[in-house]
Amino acid sequence: MAEVQLPEAPSRARVNEFAIKLANVNGTGSASTNNLLMQTIFRMGVPVSGKNLFPSNIQGLPTWYEVRVSQSGHTARTASFDLMVAMNGQTYQQDIEEVASGGYLVYDDSWPLNPEMRRPDITFLGAPLAQLCAQRFTTVKERILMKNVATAGLVAALLALPLEELSKQLVAAYSRRPQLLEDNQAALELGYRYALDNFSCPLPFHVEQMGAPDGRILIDGNTAVALGAVFAGATVGAWYPITPATSVMENFVRLCAQYRRHPGPDGREAHDYLILQAEDELAALGIVVGASWAGARAFTSTSGPGLSLMQELLGLAYYTEVPAVLVDVQRAGPSTGMPTRVQQADLFSAAFASHGDTRHILLFPSDPRECFLHTVQAFDLAERFQTPVLVMSDLDIGMNDWEVPELTWDDSYRPDRGRLLGTEELERLEHFWRYGDPDLQWTTPRAVPGETPRAGHLVRGSGHDLRALYTERPDEYQEVVDRLLRKHQAAATHLPPPVVELREGAPFGVISMGSCDLAVREALEEFPGPAPSYLRITGYPFPPAVAEFIEAHTHCYVVEQNRDAQLRSLLLIETGAGGERLRPVLSYGGLPITASFIRDRILEQESPQ
Amino acid sequence: MTSIAKPQIPLLPLERNQLGLTIRDYSGSMSTLCAGCGHDSVTAAIQEALWGLSIPPYQVAKLSGIGCSSKTPQYFDAAAVGFNSVHGRMAAVASGAAAANRGLVVVGVSGDGDSLSIGLGNLAHAIRRNVRMLYVIANNGVYGLTKGQFSASADIGSRSRKGEPNLLPPVDPMLLGLSLGATFLARGFSGDKAQLVPILKAGLSHGGFALVDVISPCVQFNDHEGSTKSFRYVREHELQDIEADIIPVRGQIHSEQTPGAVTEVELHDGSRVLFRAVPEGYDPRDRVRVGSYLVESARRGEIATGLLYLDEETPDMHQLSETPEERLWDLPFERLCPGSAELARFQARLR
Repeated sequence: MAEVQLPEAPSRARVNEFAIKLANVNGTGSASTNNLLMQTIFRMGVPVSGKNLFPSNIQGLPTWYEVRVSQSGHTARTASFDLMVAMNGQTYQQDIEEVASGGYLVYDDSWPLNPEMRRPDITFLGAPLAQLCAQRFTTVKERILMKNVATAGLVAALLALPLEELSKQLVAAYSRRPQLLEDNQAALELGYRYALDNFSCPLPFHVEQMGAPDGRILIDGNTAVALGAVFAGATVGAWYPITPATSVMENFVRLCAQYRRHPGPDGREAHDYLILQAEDELAALGIVVGASWAGARAFTSTSGPGLSLMQELLGLAYYTEVPAVLVDVQRAGPSTGMPTRVQQADLFSAAFASHGDTRHILLFPSDPRECFLHTVQAFDLAERFQTPVLVMSDLDIGMNDWEVPELTWDDSYRPDRGRLLGTEELERLEHFWRYGDPDLQWTTPRAVPGETPRAGHLVRGSGHDLRALYTERPDEYQEVVDRLLRKHQAAATHLPPPVVELREGAPFGVISMGSCDLAVREALEEFPGPAPSYLRITGYPFPPAVAEFIEAHTHCYVVEQNRDAQLRSLLLIETGAGGERLRPVLSYGGLPITASFIRDRILEQESPQ
Repeated sequence: MTSIAKPQIPLLPLERNQLGLTIRDYSGSMSTLCAGCGHDSVTAAIQEALWGLSIPPYQVAKLSGIGCSSKTPQYFDAAAVGFNSVHGRMAAVASGAAAANRGLVVVGVSGDGDSLSIGLGNLAHAIRRNVRMLYVIANNGVYGLTKGQFSASADIGSRSRKGEPNLLPPVDPMLLGLSLGATFLARGFSGDKAQLVPILKAGLSHGGFALVDVISPCVQFNDHEGSTKSFRYVREHELQDIEADIIPVRGQIHSEQTPGAVTEVELHDGSRVLFRAVPEGYDPRDRVRVGSYLVESARRGEIATGLLYLDEETPDMHQLSETPEERLWDLPFERLCPGSAELARFQARLR
C-alpha cells in the first residue's frame, strides 16, 4: 500500500537542528496537532519555535505551521524545511518546492500524487492516513479531525518524539471526554505505528531529549500583554475585535475572571474590572481616554486599521495630557492589507499619530516576555508623562507561542501615578494650574474629577493656556506645546534602555527592533569576518545611546519589516545622522524575517560584485 | 478669544440648597455664545438642576464634544473637572469616565451635529450600555460654528437662512433612543425652563443613561421664517401633553398633584417622578405606546415635549459589569495585582 523510497540524497544527520512545516486546510482542527508536536519538543528541553501561517478565513483555505528546532537557540523563522508534512492537495506544488534538498515530504497517498510534481533530490513518504481513518472512524467530522491526530503520530515517529509524551498531553486535554480521548489516542497510535512499520524511523534529523526546560515557558505575546495589564493594575479595558490583536483583550477578560473577582460585603461576587467591547476603535480609545482622565489605568488593543481610526483621539490625549495605553499588534498593511501576516509598518502612524505637531511614546517588545514587561512599564510611563504610550507588538510575537524565560514579578512594585495629586495635596496648593508648574520631566499637576472643588478646570483639545483655559494667543499656546515637546524628549531616558552590543573592530553596526531580534542575532553569529555591533531599539523617543551607536560606526544596517524603512526614517529625523550612514534591510512580504535574508542583504552591500 | 470670568455682581440674598450653596456656586465663566442663544438657557437650567438637587459641585464630571453646545461646560459649575473632547466622541469618553468612577455625576452636553451626525454611533452604543449619565443634546438643527449648514436633526422642508429647503429626513433622538433600549427619554425646549429643570433633575437622578433632547434655537442661523427649529415655530408647535414632576429624595413636591391621573415611578436614588398625561392610557414605561405617540405627534407637525419614557428596571453599565460599589480607579493595588506567587502558578501550565 505504501510506497517507500530510500533517500537518494545523502542524509543530513542533524539531531535537534532542523525545521519542519505542516501544510493543512484551515478549519479542520490542525491547530491542536501543531500544538501537540510543539509542546512535546519543548518539554524535551530543546529550543523550539512554532509559526502559524494562517489565512484570514474560517474554513477551507491553506494554512501552514512551521516548527524550528534548534539546540543552538536559533529559533527565528527559517525558509528552509527538512520535512514537509503536505496534507493539503491545493498547495502540493508550493510545498514540494519549499523542501530543502535532501529533505523529506510526507503526503497522504490515499490519493495518487502527480508524478510530474516529484523532485529527485527529496524523499517522498506516502501514508494513506485518510484511508486508515476512514476504516477506523465513522463520521466525516471524526475522520477529518482524527486524520490530523494521526499525522501527529506519524511525525512523532519520524522525529523520535516519545509517544507517551504526546499521549500524556491528550489525556490532559480530553480527560473529561473519555470517548474523544479514546479516539484521539487511537488516531495517534495509528499514525505512529504506520510510520514505524513502513519508514525507517527516525529520520536522520530528529529530536533528542536535552533535559527539562527549566525556567522556560511557552507563551504568546498577546497573553503576555494581558498578564501585564492585570499585574499593572489596569481596571478598564475597551476594544474592538481585530486580527491579530483580538486575543489580547480576550485573555484580559479571562485573566480578570480568574484573578479579579472577589466576594463583596453582600456576598455577591464583585468584578474589579470593567471591560467594554466598543462599537468601533474610535469609541474604544475614547473610553480609555475617559477612564484614564477619571483616574483609572485603562488600555486598548488594536492593529493597523484600528490605529488609523484612533488617530484623532490620540491627538486629544496627547494635547490634553491624559494617559492612555494602546497595544498595537501590527499586521501587514496598508488598508486591510494582510490581516494574518506580519509587518512592523505602523511606526509612522504611531509615532506621529494625529494631525498637528504630535509625538508619542512607543515601546518595541521583541518577544512575549518583553510584551509583559513593556505593558507594565507602559502604564507607568503613560501616567508619569501624562500621555499615550503605544506598545508596538506584532502578529509574530502576539499570536505565536514563543519560548522565553519564565516571567517574574517584584511584589514591591507599586504603580507610578506621576503627578496625580490627591485631595490633600490639592487643597494645600496655592493654586491649581493644570498645565503650570512643570517638574524636571516637564510634567504638570493632574487632578481627577470628583475629588475637591480646588481642582475645578476644564481640559480641552482646543488651544489652551497654563490653566487649561481657551486661548488663541500665540505666546500662551506656544508655552504649552513647547513644554509638550520637552516632555516627550525627557521621556527618552525613562523608557526600557536599548540593547547595545558594541564589538571591537566591528566593520559596521546593525540596528533593529522588535521581532527581528532572533533573526538578526542568528545572522550576526554566522556572519563571516569580524563580528558587527548590534543595537536593538526598544523605545521611541530615542535616548542618546542611539545616536552614539550610529556615530561609533562608519555605517549601520537598519533591519526592519516594512517597505518604507520607517525605523530608519525615524532615526534620520531624530539623530541627524546622514542618510548614507543608515542602510535599509527590509523584509515586508508578510512572513517573519529570516537570518539568511538579513545575512544575504548585508553581504550584497558589503562585498559588491 | 480667551475665557472671560463672570463679574460677581452683588444680588439680593440668594436661596441656599441643602449644602448651603447658592446658584452662584454652580456657575462658570461668561458665555461667549451669541446673545439670545438657546444654549445659554440650557446651561442655566443645568445649573439650576444641579443646585436644586444639592449635588456637590465638584462631584460632577462635565463633558462635551465639539460645537457651540459643547462650549457650554465652561459656563457652568467651575468647581467641577471637565473635558471638552473631540467631535462626536463625548459619549465614549463619558462612558470611560463613568466606568472609572461610578461616584461621579456625569453630565454630557452635546449638539445635534455632535450627537446625531458625527457621533451617532457612539451615542447609540452609550445608550445601549446604559451608562449612568445625563446626556443633553442642545438641538438647533443647524451647524452654528461653521455658519448655517443643516444638521441631521433638521426637518424635511425646513429652510436655511438662505432659503434652501432641507431634503433629508431628520434623526429624532427620542425615536432612536426607543429603538436602542434607552431607559430615559425626554424632550424640552430651551424657552421653557419651568419644564426643562424638572426634566434635568429627573435625568440626574436616573439610574442609567438619561437622554434629554432640548430644542434650542440658533438665533443666528436657524431662527428665521421657514425654519422648524425657530423660537416661534417651536412655541407654536410644541405639544406639552406629558407633564412630569420630580420629587427629590429629600426635597419638596414642586407642583400640585392631581390624584388619580398620576403615574408614579421611583428613580434610582429614591426620588420619584409623577407623570400626568393628557393622552388617555399614556404609560411612560410602555415603549410601544410612547413610540406611536411620538410618531403620531410628529406626523401632525407637533413637537412632543416632556419626560416621555422612563425605565428604572434595566441594569446600568456597572450593574451589567458586576463591578463593586467602590470606584475602580482607586481600588487598592493589592486587590488588583495577583502577585508573584500567582504568576508562578499561572506559568506552571506553560512549562
